[in-house]
Amino acid sequence: MGMTTQTVTLQGHIIDSLILAKVVDTIVMLGGTFTLTEITVGTQREDPSHATILIEASTPESLQEILKSIQPHGAVVETEHDCTVVPAPADGILPEDFYATSHLTTHIRWKGQWIDVPQPEMDLAIVVNTSPLAARMVPMASVKKGDNVVTGRKGVRVFPLERPKERDVFGFMEAQVSSERPHRHIIADIARRMKFIRQHQKEGRGSGKVLFAGGPAIVHAGGREALSWIIESGYIQVLFCGNALAAHDMEASLYGTSLGYNLGIGRSVPHGHEHHLRTINRVRALGGIKEAVESGIIKEGIMAACVRQRVHMVLAGTIRDDGPLPDVITDSIKAQEAMRAAVPGVELALLVASTLHAVATGNLLQASVPTVCVDINPAVPTKLSDRGSFQAVGLVMDSSSFLWQLARELGWKG
Amino acid sequence: MSRLLMCPPDYFGIEYEINPWMRRSNQTNGDRARTQWKTLTQVLENKVGAKLEFMEPVPGLPDLVFTANAGVLYAGKAVPSRFLHPERQGEERHFIDWFTKKGYEVILLEDEMYFEGAGDLLGFPDFWIGGYRQRSDIRAYDELSKIFEKEILPVELVDKRFYHLDTCFCPLSGGELLYFPPAFDEYAQTVMATRIAEDKRFAVPTSEGQRFACNAVCVDRHVVLPTGCPETMAWLHTQGYTTHPVELDEFLKAGGSAKCLTLALD
Repeated sequence: MGMTTQTVTLQGHIIDSLILAKVVDTIVMLGGTFTLTEITVGTQREDPSHATILIEASTPESLQEILKSIQPHGAVVETEHDCTVVPAPADGILPEDFYATSHLTTHIRWKGQWIDVPQPEMDLAIVVNTSPLAARMVPMASVKKGDNVVTGRKGVRVFPLERPKERDVFGFMEAQVSSERPHRHIIADIARRMKFIRQHQKEGRGSGKVLFAGGPAIVHAGGREALSWIIESGYIQVLFCGNALAAHDMEASLYGTSLGYNLGIGRSVPHGHEHHLRTINRVRALGGIKEAVESGIIKEGIMAACVRQRVHMVLAGTIRDDGPLPDVITDSIKAQEAMRAAVPGVELALLVASTLHAVATGNLLQASVPTVCVDINPAVPTKLSDRGSFQAVGLVMDSSSFLWQLARELGWKG
Repeated sequence: MSRLLMCPPDYFGIEYEINPWMRRSNQTNGDRARTQWKTLTQVLENKVGAKLEFMEPVPGLPDLVFTANAGVLYAGKAVPSRFLHPERQGEERHFIDWFTKKGYEVILLEDEMYFEGAGDLLGFPDFWIGGYRQRSDIRAYDELSKIFEKEILPVELVDKRFYHLDTCFCPLSGGELLYFPPAFDEYAQTVMATRIAEDKRFAVPTSEGQRFACNAVCVDRHVVLPTGCPETMAWLHTQGYTTHPVELDEFLKAGGSAKCLTLALD
């Protein structure tokens, strides 16, 4: 971090007495910055409040000056400990009492020095490399025998999520899971954010990466055209989906149907239920989605747009898949790894009409990534939030309506 | 009836210098000190109607006369002071003995958690104010708040001449306040402005603040204060208080006045 840090605590009637205000003012006045990592406010007048403050200063001398100035106001320097590590007993096995991560910014302390654990993700373990000193988050299955795995909670520091400065829907970060709330302004905010990300990327700021995870209902319900336009216009850089979204999208390109229903007339056609099987077979014969698009067999749609725009696609398989398409990764651990590798740099995630992919993607994202979960079933955004992706904004609506509105906000004339 | 603890000034004098008022070269006059102290007791007993209790003075402890610094008593509990200066630490056991003899539940603060009693902790019925930075350690108020189950707002004292809260802050029985604002930092002044309505606060003028106008004893609608504080008295009259000025200059040489010489026992 290049900064010197120290945690202090403050206890008592620190709010009404303005002692907390005085302490943080003093920190800032002396050139430091602070994070209120924890605050408990007494519920009754006579109850004390408690605050934990992380102070950052540019030099150790500056930090000492700050500490010297705030200690008379009751700030108590918290004794800091190094984290403890225990070697992994075998490949894929973590030591007992391993530290389970969150998707928030995390630091560990090693030989008196706090270091950042990059790319936070929930439900992993932390492995420490002592030379050169580095820490990384590792899934259970990837741990190797002898890896130094952090155990217990000592020497681990987690930072609360800072509210984004933008005053849009993401700035409020409330999981708005309701079908009875107006969606239009939320969708307008998402579109604004997508344009902003693209503009920033053009100016050389940010990765410009927007992730889209979607399910086949997008094709069944009629959102295919709008999503194809969004991808074709360069707004999506990463696509996570399963066999079905790709298969039904290409089925639509080849047969004009989705699961046998004619998308134009909205009726099932004779032997239509075979269309997706024939589509998968055809693509398998050609070698994959890219080949199918580049050979001109698949002319339009979501997959065609992705190939043309060089979108990074990860297709993860499930046990009910037909075929599957050659692009589908059927080993779920390998699929998870491929998704994980595509996540760094993502600046916005749209999780649309897929319980499985929404939760799987939510698990991989750090809390600071603005996330939208759209599903007609309120249980999906709720489930996502319950599983820890509290930053996700939930929209209960039909995926097709969402995509049409979003595309129009982005300039689609369809 | 209000009960107050006092200690005769038999061994009072300037034997050391632990505040800017004390100068060994500016020695007290023993006879004058005894006369002034006696007058104070008479005013308190006869005009104000307080009941006085007395401690035995101890040779070598000249400041034992300032009983306000004995500790804090409330609801049958006594928390004795832990003096910052070694010169006064010898007083602690005498105060502890007295509290114990009188049947208070004595609760000791941990070593080096400095706290100088009712000199630094004063209360309104709803909340108490604790002065820190000069003599008392702010951390003591968190402990005291738990012991007495009271909200205690710590305020920073920034002028060495006003080294105890009771030298610059005097809550009155009707919820009014006498105080000397320059003795506090801005945060503390904001706290007072937030908690006490403007028409209930009187900022004593500098000349009277320096005569320890705020080191007053308030019992019901009576206020006993040092002489030479006409503006403070005039304001107290507008609020319906009867004032009783007492000459206490000998004690001001040691940095104390009426309030420092008494400890409220109720």
